[in-house]
Order: sequence, then structure tokens, then C-alpha cells
Amino acid sequence: MEVVYERPKSLFPVATHYCPGCGHGIIHRLVAEVIDELEIREKTVAVAPVGCAVLLYNYLDVDCYEAAHGRAPAIATGCKRVHPDLVVFTYQGDGDFAAIGTAEAIHVAARGEKITTVFVNNAIYGMTAGQMAPTTLIGQKSTTTPAGRKPETAGFPIRMCEIVATLPGAAYVARVSVSSPKNVVQAKKAIRKAFETQMRGLGYSLVEVLSQCPTNWHMTPFESVKWVDEKMALYYPLGEFKVPKEE
Amino acid sequence: MTGKIVINEDFCKGCALCVNACPQKLLKTAKHVSKTSYHPAEFVDAEGKCTGCGLCALICPDVAIQVFRDRKAGGEKK
Repeated sequence: MEVVYERPKSLFPVATHYCPGCGHGIIHRLVAEVIDELEIREKTVAVAPVGCAVLLYNYLDVDCYEAAHGRAPAIATGCKRVHPDLVVFTYQGDGDFAAIGTAEAIHVAARGEKITTVFVNNAIYGMTAGQMAPTTLIGQKSTTTPAGRKPETAGFPIRMCEIVATLPGAAYVARVSVSSPKNVVQAKKAIRKAFETQMRGLGYSLVEVLSQCPTNWHMTPFESVKWVDEKMALYYPLGEFKVPKEE
Repeated sequence: MTGKIVINEDFCKGCALCVNACPQKLLKTAKHVSKTSYHPAEFVDAEGKCTGCGLCALICPDVAIQVFRDRKAGGEKK
């Protein structure tokens, strides 16, 4: 028998600190697989966020920066401008990318920096134990909205992909999910396309990944992936919003 | 038997996403407790039904599953 699937080489052989069923582990693996397939491990720089994925550099076997909260795109910009031959990507959660780092997130796309962002949207602040995030759905319960998010007091969830797709500097914008094996395959394709867009020098690329957070949603892992499909995917439609023109 | 999987119990956190992903229902949550205090997933394939499709490995958040498949059984390598 031959091995048809094993751990990607760009992923250190260590157990992660994530909760059981967390989508971060799947997304780390997909990024590592894409780095292996494109054979860019020696020239990739990752920028880790603040949030659950703050220890990204313990898991991915590439050079990593640790950015201040929300400022990963700014650091990635500097790195990419000094070393245009490197592949630079940021890995950010929804608190990092859509809340404190919105200014950086919008302007990095407006400037058309040739970097990639993997944006993990789990509709809640995971690391700080389940407060409302800008991406929390209407009616969703969190520790700061115990009766469910109400638009009168807490406003409406932000759809980052749609916002970034309106900017001419963004070359590839897609939203995927990791709730089933089929969606995982599509997520990997999108992450690969985003990296290829950067390597072809076409502009900014963003992949938003809808991820499950069973612990802070107070669900079992299986219920949480169903919730992603049934609730989150309705408000955050999956698909590609912007694709570079084929030459 | 055309395929099999090996689960790394040091990494498995017993989330059971693979249990629901397996089309042949060959995975279950084990009764015993692993070193990391979780009930890991357990692979039980007495009749040799596993085809090595790898859906369990695709959904595994902890990259704990290694998939093997017979060369003769067909299917392209990913």
C-alpha cells in the first residue's frame, strides 16, 4: 500500500493548541499544502495575527512575523516592498481583519499591495472567550450579546469580501468554507489561486474562510459545521467575487 | 482491503468530524482515553471496506490521519 495522504512538510509535526473541531487546524494544513505544492517554502514569509492563530509560527515551517493587533497587512506591505521576490501572506481572524485592523485591511487592498490575506471568519472573538465580533450574525448569542445580536444597538455584520472586491487594487477575492470535505477541497483551490495571483504580480488577493468555533458557539463540532452551512453561508455567500483575467 | 488509515492518537482531539465524514462508517469515538485526555477516533475495519478515499483526512483539523491505498485499486495520486 502506498501513502496517498500524509502531513504536509511545511507543517511542524506538533499538536496544535486549538480546541477540538476548530477550523484553524484545517486552514493551517491547507496553507501548508499549497506552500508545498508551489515549492515556495524557502521564500515565503507569514505574518501572524493576534487572536486564536497567534501561535501560527509554532505550526508553519516558514519565516514568520508577529504583528500588533490588526496591523499584519502593514508589516506584510513593508516586507513585500523590501523583498519583492518573496511570497508574503497574512493570516488573520475576524477580530483582527474586520474590527481593529479594518483601516489596514481596506487600504492594503486600495494600494494593491502584492500580498495575500487568509481571513478566517468564525463570527465571534474566539481567543477572548466569545464576545461579539463585527461579523457576528444577527440574532447570534455571544457573551456580550446574551439575548442575540440586535441591529438597533449592535449594527449589522460586515461582509469584508464584498467591500474589498469593489477596490481596483484587489485582484483575487473569494469566500470559501471548511465545513465539509467538498468545501475543504474548494478552499484549497482558492488559497492556491490567491498565492498564484500574488506570484504573478497581479495585485492583492484575499481568501475569506468561514470557520467553525464549537467552543464559543456552545455546540458540538458536528453541530457547528452544520451551523456554518445553514446559517453563516446564507449571510456570507460562498464563491469568487473577483478573478484575475486570464492572459 | 483496498485502503486503510492510521490515526495519530497524540494529535487526535476526538472532535469526531471524521466519524461523520466517513462514507463507510468505519470510524467511531474510542472508549479509552489518549495521553492528551481526549477520546480519540478509532478505525474499525473488520470487513476491509475502507477504500482509502481520504475524506476523513480532508476534514481532520489536527492532521492526525495518514491514508494508505492499494496501487491496484486505482485512483490518481493527489
